[in-house]
Formats: sequence, structure tokens, C-alpha cells
Amino acid sequence: MPDNTFPRTGNSAGNGAAPALSRRRFLSVAGQGAAVSAGVAAAATGPLLAAPAAAGPDPNIVPVPNWSKALGAGVNVNPYGKPSKFENDVVRREVTWLTASSESSVSFTPLYALDGTITPNGLCFVRHHGGEAEIDPDKYRFMVHGLVDRELVFTLEDIKRMPGRVNRAYFLECAANSGMEWRGAQLNGCQFTHGMIHNVYYTGVPLRAFLDVAGVKPKGKWVLAEGADAAVMTRSIPIEKALDDCLVAFAMNGEALRPEQGYPVRLVVPGWEGNMWVKWLRRIKVGDQPWQQREETSKYTDLLADGRSRRFTFIMDAKSVVTSPSPQAPLKQKGPTVLTGIAWSGRGAIRRVDVSLDGGRNWTTARIEGPNTPMSMTRFYLDFDWGGEELMVQSRAMDDTGYVQPTKQELRAIRGTNSIYHNNGIQTWLVRSNGETENVEVG
Amino acid sequence: MWKSAEALIVAAALAGTFAAASVSAVADPASAKGEATKAGAQAKGEKAPDKDKARQAVNVPAAARPGVPPAKAIALGRPALPEEIAAWNIDVRADGEGLPAGKGSVKQGEELFLQSCAVCHGEFGEGAGRWPVLAGGRGTLKSDRPEKTIGSFWPYASTVFDYVHRAMPFGNNQSLTPDETYAIVAYLLNLNDLVPEDFVLSKENFPKVSLPNEATFYDDDRETTEKSFWKAAPCMKDCSGEVHVTARAQILNVTPDADPPKGNLE
Repeated sequence: MPDNTFPRTGNSAGNGAAPALSRRRFLSVAGQGAAVSAGVAAAATGPLLAAPAAAGPDPNIVPVPNWSKALGAGVNVNPYGKPSKFENDVVRREVTWLTASSESSVSFTPLYALDGTITPNGLCFVRHHGGEAEIDPDKYRFMVHGLVDRELVFTLEDIKRMPGRVNRAYFLECAANSGMEWRGAQLNGCQFTHGMIHNVYYTGVPLRAFLDVAGVKPKGKWVLAEGADAAVMTRSIPIEKALDDCLVAFAMNGEALRPEQGYPVRLVVPGWEGNMWVKWLRRIKVGDQPWQQREETSKYTDLLADGRSRRFTFIMDAKSVVTSPSPQAPLKQKGPTVLTGIAWSGRGAIRRVDVSLDGGRNWTTARIEGPNTPMSMTRFYLDFDWGGEELMVQSRAMDDTGYVQPTKQELRAIRGTNSIYHNNGIQTWLVRSNGETENVEVG
Repeated sequence: MWKSAEALIVAAALAGTFAAASVSAVADPASAKGEATKAGAQAKGEKAPDKDKARQAVNVPAAARPGVPPAKAIALGRPALPEEIAAWNIDVRADGEGLPAGKGSVKQGEELFLQSCAVCHGEFGEGAGRWPVLAGGRGTLKSDRPEKTIGSFWPYASTVFDYVHRAMPFGNNQSLTPDETYAIVAYLLNLNDLVPEDFVLSKENFPKVSLPNEATFYDDDRETTEKSFWKAAPCMKDCSGEVHVTARAQILNVTPDADPPKGNLE
């Protein structure tokens, strides 16, 4: 098929090197247009009927396409494989006005184009505070010290020789995910409103193993996790969490951590805000009180309407979002429609997800499909027949503690609009009768 | 879940293999501060530790080190040397633990700040472009546009010292001496009207410095103040009256892609 059947927009200003969102997904492909219209008509008159016969042979069938007649590329043209060139608009994107420099910024996961529950390694959102550290694995060192019986240094080899290695899937959500939406709808696309999240299968060793070997003294109540990057990122973590389910991870989705995700070693802090998952982990110090570091005082604290601030709001509460339809993935056809989205909770497993098509007046329980484990992303679907009416699409997650994702109004009533962090309010997408979809607020 | 007791039995078996290995005598070059980053400190004739020896180095048996409680099984990791811990142990706590010896004046701090910090933070900490504002903002925390600065928001001065030393100047972090760091912190406190112009900040007087907003921070209370979000049976039918769109993202037009995709059913 010639490339010119896939019209693309040019790069837009302020979007860096990332290709602009392609219109390919949303425009009818030459030769299918007739079938699309016919399909809509068929759905309107008799939903169980197949689309009527085409007027003439589909040029994608007759003549037989070239890819069926000539040899394709060999097995190792791309020794490290990459996505189809027709998917090259599925990339992380920045919002350049958000931050002062790209070394201390964020790029967002293209949730609108993904399915299933695991985020591909190259699409996991990236947040740096001092750029991406490049660490030779032979020179990597991990130190455990402070209120312990034995202050120790481990090499990467040591970590990989520790007994008790585990594999666990967990979501990592930045506390600031949806932070731009506190005052109202701002960004048109779930990539930007909800894209500071990824869900990855980690391989690593429980942090507890290292603390046990070091021997935590009875006075040890907190640990300080520290990175080796130029931000020398630090966070205080209560000892109970450190001994419970934190991992010293060296692999993601079966391969070594990506450099931008902390190669060779990062901390995994299941269900808790992403900033605590220290990348390029170099040090765990045990102490008897939190360290009051920059990222747990001036940042990642929640300023409320009364001028006071919550601190140590570690847990990410239950949240969900419909990823399709969404502004970057509008509806293309009337008739059978697969609505899909993701849900997650830092308190446990997702028990149920409800979907509303009328702005929250009426709800239907969605179908959860695939893995549904604690503190990991859960995929949901709602298959429905769209007649072309305007929709106000929402999703509402419930976890196994009984927590129900609140509306934005419910959140603002308690917290005001200055919080920045921990915005887990219900998202509304307005789907117009032409399929175009927009980020809105309803009331 | 991982059972530490079981793993330690395995570890105990491994430990026997290495019990006789000795500790590396030289600080690990990958963790010793300066060696990796500062040219001057590099080759003072120090030999890199023998790689194989370092690999095999394990803890000295507990009995060999007085004052250490009997070890659980240890097979991996080697003792951290004091100079290695010193190189990385840079954190400063709110109670002053971790502060190095030293002092610096507001005046010295002003010079350093103009040299190394003002390009991003402005001469008076007012911030340039999108870089953080460091001074002012008192009394704005309840307003529509709170200005969260050291003086208006940060709870502890120790955080300023820790962070300036740890991660500043941006792109040249850990280049400031303790005295220079004290001086810059003193200048920042002065910009926030918290200390006079002739103030000299030191390890000794640091605990006396408190920031005005400290008392307004409190621990996460969501499980009580947001208890209403736990609902046995959330509403499924006719949950509200008519629903209208009250705000739209397109009006703000801040999405990076200037040409949002369209549906194709026109």
C-alpha cells in the first residue's frame, strides 16, 4: 500500500523531536471509505447484518498486494526489533511549557494507543530531575549503611547473586499525574492528562534481603533511598514498607532496566508515588526519623485550601481513565464500539470498574480482562453500540479496600485546587456526534 | 512473598565458601568521591583494588570485629570503608544531623549566588523563566496562585542546605564547599527576611534557624478526612440530574499538538 494513503500532520511547534500526532488513525483510508459508510448504514438498520456487498473489488485485495508477491526483509535487519513504521506516531511526548529544562522534566506515556496491561519499555513515561545518568554496570555500587549492624557495599553481580529473586508487575504513577487538571480541564489527550504512569514486570531482589543481611538495629524506623544521578535524588521511606514489598530491581519486562528508568538498578515501591522509586539506586541508609528532603517537603506535599499541607502522602489512590475513545483516539464509526481503559490502586487490587456514557448519571460495570493483581494496572472494556449520539464518557474504579474513585468535585471539596499532586478524580471525555473527543468537565 | 528465613539458610551455606576472604584494603574507586569526578584527586599513585579480590571480598566474620553482634548469614556484599561512606553520606536532617563543620556569611553568599545561581533563580531569588522562585510569597498559600518559596512554604532550613549541596548549581552539583553552602543558605534566608544582612550561618547556630511555615505540615490523614470515598455500593442509576459540560480543554488550548485529531464522520 502506498504511503500516501496515510496522511500525516507535520511536526508542530513546541513538540520537540517527537512526531506530531498522526491523523492516520482517524481518517478513513482510501478504498475503505465506501465500506465505512455502508457499515454505518447497516448498523443503523439492522445491527446483526454484515455490511452490504461492496460495489467493486477492494484494491487491497485485487490485485494481490506486493507484500504477498515479493520477498520481505531478512530476520536480522533490526537486531533489536522496533515497531512497524506505521506505528511511528506512538511515542512519548513532552509538554515543554511545564518545566524549565528537559533534564528536569517529564515525557508522557501514549496511553491512547496502548492496550493490555504491560507498558512497552520504550514507551514508559520518563521523569528526570538531573538528566539521565549513564552508569557502567561494572562500576555500579550499592551501599547499605546507617543504623545497621554491618555497613555493606554490593556490586551488581552481588545483587544478581542474592537469593530470593522475584518477578512482580506493578504500576508506577507520578504523584503529579493529572496535576495540571486540578483547576479544570487543560490538556486534550489522556497521554497528557494521565500519561505519567506505566506498568512493568520487574525482576529484582526484595530490599528486605539487603536489610536483613546488614541487620537493622531496633532504632531503625526509616530508610533513605538515594540515586546516583546528578539530582542525587533522595526519599525517606518508613521501615515497614522497606521490609514489606520494596524491590531492588534490575530488569523490566524481561530485559535490563532502560537507562531512563534507572539502569542498572532502581528501587520499586509498590503502590506508592513514583518519585520514591529512586532510579540509579546507590544507597540505602537506615535512620530513626525521616530526612525531610526537598522532594518530601517543598515538593510532593499537598497544599490544601486552608493553607496547610499534607506530607508523606505516599499511597496512590484508586484511579482509572478511558483511553479509547479519548481526544487522541476519537471514534471513527457508528455501530459496534469497543471502549477501553485502565484502572489501578496503590491500596490493593482493582475490584470493579464502572463506565458511564452520560456524564455520571448512569453506570454500567465494565469487563475486566487480563491480569488483575494488587498495585498493578488492570485493563477494562465496555463493548457497546454507538448510534452517533453525544457521549460524556467516564470511568470509576473501585479497589478491594472498598475505596471508590471520587469525582473531581468531591476531591476539590476536601482539598481545594492548589494540591498539584494526587489528583485521582473521575475524567470526562466529551464524544461529539462526529466522533471527535474532547477533555471536559461536567456538572 | 519472599521468606527471609529460608533465604538466609541458603545464604548461610554460601557464607562458608567465602569465610576466609579478606576485605579490600583500598576504597572502592567507584564510590570514593572525587576519584570519578575530579581530575586532581585521581591518580595519586593509588592502585585500583585487584578486581578478583574485590569481587570475592565479603564480610569479615563477626567474631573478627569487636562490638558487632553475631552475624546472621552473610555471603554477599563487603564492609563499606569509612571513606566510602563519607563520600556518599551527604544527607542533612532537620535536627542538623549530617551538617558538616563550617560557616558562611550573607555577604559571601550574595557573591556566590550572583555568580552561580542568579542566572536561573534571579538576583533576589525571584526566579527567571520557569526556574524556581526562592524568595517572597509569604501569605500566598491560601490564594489562587500560591508562591511556594523557602520563606513561604519550605518547613526546614536543613533541606535548603542538603539540596543546595547535593544537587546545585544545576549541572555542577556537589561542587560547593561546606563554607560556600552555608553562605548561600545564609543569603537565601536573608532574601526571605529571616536573618539580618550581617548574619553568619554555621553548623553551631543552624539548629536555631526555623522556617515560618513548619507548623502547617501534618501527616497523611486521607483515611479519616476522605473516609467518604470508601463506599459500599456506589450509585449506578439516576445518580444526578441533567449533566452539562462546564469547562473545556480546547478553550485553554495548551495541548502540545496544535492540530488535535478529528473524527471522520463529518
